[in-house]
Amino acid sequence: MARRANPLTSIAGAAAVAAVALVTLVPVASLWFNADRLLGRNAEFNLAAADIAALRFTLLQATLSAAISVGLAIPVARAIFRRRFWGRELLISVLGAPFLLPVIVAVIGLLAVWGRSGWISSALTMSGFERISIYGLSGVLLAHVFFNLPLATRMILQAWTRIPANHFRIAEQVGMTPRDVFRHLEIPMLRAVVPGAFLIIALICASSFAVVLALGGGPRATTLELAIYEAIRFEFNLGRAASLALLQFAMGGAIAIFVFAGNRDIGFGGGARVDFQRWRSKDKLPVAADILAIGLLFVLLGLPLVAILLDGAPKLATLPGEVWPALKNSILISLSSTAISIILGLALSARIATLSRLPARAVEVFSMLALSASPLVIGTGLFLLLRPFVNPFDMALPVTALVNSAMSLPLAVRILVPAQRRIIEVYGPLKESLGVRGWSGFRLVHWPALRSPAGFAAGIAAALSMGDLGVVALFAPPEFATLPLVVYRLIGAYRTDQATGAALLLVLASFALYYIFDRGGRLGRLA
Amino acid sequence: MKNLIAIVSMCASVAGGALADERTLTVYTYDSFVSEWGPGPQIESNFEQSCGCDLKFVAAGDGAAILSRLLLEGDRTSADVVLGLDTNLTAAAKASGLFAPHGLKPEGLTLPIEWDDEVFLPYDWGYFAFVYDATRLPEAPESFRELIDDYPDLSIVIQDPRSSTPGLGLLLWMKLVHGDEAASAWSALEPKIVTVTKGWSEAYSMFLEGEADMVLSYTTSPAYHAIAEGDISKRAAIFDEGNYLQVEVAGKIASSENGELADKFLSFMLSEGFQSVIPTTNWMYPAALARDSLPEGFAEIPEPDIALLFSDSEAESLRNDAIAEWRDALTR
Repeated sequence: MARRANPLTSIAGAAAVAAVALVTLVPVASLWFNADRLLGRNAEFNLAAADIAALRFTLLQATLSAAISVGLAIPVARAIFRRRFWGRELLISVLGAPFLLPVIVAVIGLLAVWGRSGWISSALTMSGFERISIYGLSGVLLAHVFFNLPLATRMILQAWTRIPANHFRIAEQVGMTPRDVFRHLEIPMLRAVVPGAFLIIALICASSFAVVLALGGGPRATTLELAIYEAIRFEFNLGRAASLALLQFAMGGAIAIFVFAGNRDIGFGGGARVDFQRWRSKDKLPVAADILAIGLLFVLLGLPLVAILLDGAPKLATLPGEVWPALKNSILISLSSTAISIILGLALSARIATLSRLPARAVEVFSMLALSASPLVIGTGLFLLLRPFVNPFDMALPVTALVNSAMSLPLAVRILVPAQRRIIEVYGPLKESLGVRGWSGFRLVHWPALRSPAGFAAGIAAALSMGDLGVVALFAPPEFATLPLVVYRLIGAYRTDQATGAALLLVLASFALYYIFDRGGRLGRLA
Repeated sequence: MKNLIAIVSMCASVAGGALADERTLTVYTYDSFVSEWGPGPQIESNFEQSCGCDLKFVAAGDGAAILSRLLLEGDRTSADVVLGLDTNLTAAAKASGLFAPHGLKPEGLTLPIEWDDEVFLPYDWGYFAFVYDATRLPEAPESFRELIDDYPDLSIVIQDPRSSTPGLGLLLWMKLVHGDEAASAWSALEPKIVTVTKGWSEAYSMFLEGEADMVLSYTTSPAYHAIAEGDISKRAAIFDEGNYLQVEVAGKIASSENGELADKFLSFMLSEGFQSVIPTTNWMYPAALARDSLPEGFAEIPEPDIALLFSDSEAESLRNDAIAEWRDALTR
C-alpha cells in the first residue's frame, strides 16, 4: 500500500522527526551524560517507591482526564455539528481559549466557580446546602477536562464535517433511522478520531504538575513531573531526573501503543461537504439532548472563563509598563514557533499519509512523545548541550520557538493526517490524470483541502506557545521576559491586581492569534 | 509617559554602553526581585551611581532555580554574585565549591540571630507565619497546638516542600517544634489542609480568593496590604512555639573576574542604598537597617518572641527524611 513519497516531503519529514528528538531523547541524554555536573552525582537508573506511586497516580489521572474529556466531547461535538444557533461560530472559536490559559489563571478561574467560596458553593450555602469541595482527584479531573474538553470537541467536530453529505443523504433516502446513521456512519468516524484525541489529551495531562498539586489536595496527587522538578531544583540530581523523564516517556509510549492497537484511520471517500442543515429534514432526535450538551459545555467552560474576564477586565487599566515588551517577545516566539510547527506538521503528515500502517503509527507515536516531555528537562538538557558553544542568552528566541514548535507538532500532525489521507484517496487519481504537480499541485489540490485543519493547528500552536513558560527560563537574558513570566513575577511581588490584568492581556493576545489563524482557515467553511 | 521614560532610559543606557569599557557586574537572582515592583530597578540605579559599572540582574526563576542554574553552569558561570538563596540551600551551595568567602566583618546586622557564615551574607529576612484575613477569621490560633487541636473548621493552604522554599520552611518549622512527633503532628493537621501548591504564588492567590482561612506566608505579608493597598484586614499569626526564620543571602562566585566589584556590591548590599529599598519592595525585614529607619506600617508588625532556625547543614541533612515523613503522614 505504500506510496512513493515526494523527496521534499521525505526531507522535511526527517527534519520533523529530528525536531521531535530534540525535545525528547536529546535532552534526556544530555541530562544523563552531564549527571556528574551537579554535586558530583553519577547517573544511575534509580527509582524510589514514591516514584512508583507517582507513576500510578500520573497514569490514573491522565487516562481518566482523557476518557472524560473525549466522552463528553462526543455529544457536544454532535450537538454543535447538528444545530445552527446564534453565536455558533464564536463558540467554535472560543473552544480554543482554555487551552491557552496560564495554569495559575485557570486555577483561579475554576475556583471562582467551583471553589469553597466559589459561585456554586455560595449558591448552595445560600439555599441551605453544604458547600462542595473539589480538592482531590475530582479537582484534578475537573481542571483537565476544562483544559481539554474543548480540544477534544474541536477534533471530533472536524471529523464529523469530514463525513460527506451525500452519505447522510443516501442514508436518509434508504430510510435509515438516526440510530442507524449513528451506527453506520458516525461510529466508524468516531472510531477513527477518538483514539487519537484520547491519546493526545492523556499525554498532555501526563506532564501536568502545578494544576494537579493545586487542586489535588495534597501529596497523594503527585505526578512524575513533580518528582522531576524536585530532582533538578532541590536534589540537584540530573541522573534521577533523566531516569524519571525516561519513565514518563515509557508510560506515554505504552499508552500510545495500547490506544493505537486495533485502531485504524478510515476514509469516507469523495463527496462534497454540504451544510448538514440543508438536507436535514426528517431528523427527529430530540433537541433537548443537544441543548443539554451545549449547556454542559457552557457550565464547564464558559463559567470559569467569564469569571476570569470579570476579574481581569477592570485591572487591565493598571497594567505596568513591563508587559508591553514582554507581549512583543511572546508574540514573536509564538509566530515563529507556529510557522515552524505548521511547515514541519504539513511535511510530516504528508509523509505519514504515504506510509503503510505500521511505520505510519511508529512515526506518529514517536512524534507524540513530545507531548509528554517535561519542559524543565528540555530546558535543562538543551542548556547543558548548547552552553559550551554559544551564549544561551543569544539563543532565547530560537530555542524557545523551536522547542514550542516541536511540542505542538504532534497536535498539528494528528489534525492534518486525515486531510492528507483524504487528498491521496480522493484527489490522487485526479492529480495523476490532470498531471498537476509541484507547487501548482499543492496550491490547487492540497491547500484547499488542508487550509481548514492547518488553520486550526496553527491556532493551537500559537496559543500553546504564548502560554508556555517552562523552557525560556534558563535562556532568558536580563531584561528579557515573556508575558507568562511577567505574570508570575508580578504575583511574586504581591501585585496580584496587575498580575490579573497582565494575565487577561495574555489571554486576549493568544486568543486573538488563535482566532486569526483558525478563522482564516475556516472562512467560507463549515467547521 | 512610562513608555517615554523607558525609551529615554534605553537611549541613555545605549549611549552609556557605547561610552566605555565600563565593567559589568552580573548578579543572579529570583524573578520577583527584578520585577518593576521588586527591589531590582531601584537598587540597580543606586549602585550604579557609585560603582562606575553596569549592574545586571539575571532572573533565574525562584530561589531553588538560581542554585540549580549555577550548578549547571559550574565554574564557567557568568554570574559574579548570586543573590536570593536561603539557608536551606546554602549547604548545597557551599558543597559545590563555586563560592568564595566574603571576607567581610558585617556590622550593624539586625537579624534576630547571630550571623557567622563566612561565605554568605544576609540581605533580608522574615518569619514564616500563617496569614489570615481578620474579617473572615476574627479569632486565629496562637500556637501550633491550637492550630492542630482547636479550630475544627479552620482551613489552611500550604506549599509543597518538594517544589517550594516556603514549603520547605514549614516542613523544617514543624520538625523543629515537634521533633520525633512531627509525623503525628502532620497527620493531625491534615484535615485542615485544603491543598498543597507548587509555590507561594498559587497558595497566596488561592488564599486571597477565599479558598482557605490561612496561608503559609510571612509575618511581613500584612505590611504589603496595609502600605500598598491600605487594607489592614490581613494579619499574621504569631505562634507561642516560635516562628521559623527565612534568611535570604548573597555570595560571590570564586571564579568571577570582577571580584573587586563583587566585594563592592556585597558591602553596598548592607548599606542604606540597598537596605532601605527592601521593606516596601521585597516585603521582608532588611538585614542591616535600624528599627527606627523602617517605613511606617512596617515597624508596627507584631513580632514573634522566639525565632527558630536550623543551621544550613542541619537543614540539609534533615530534608529527605522530613519530606518522606511529611508525605507518608499526608497520604496515609
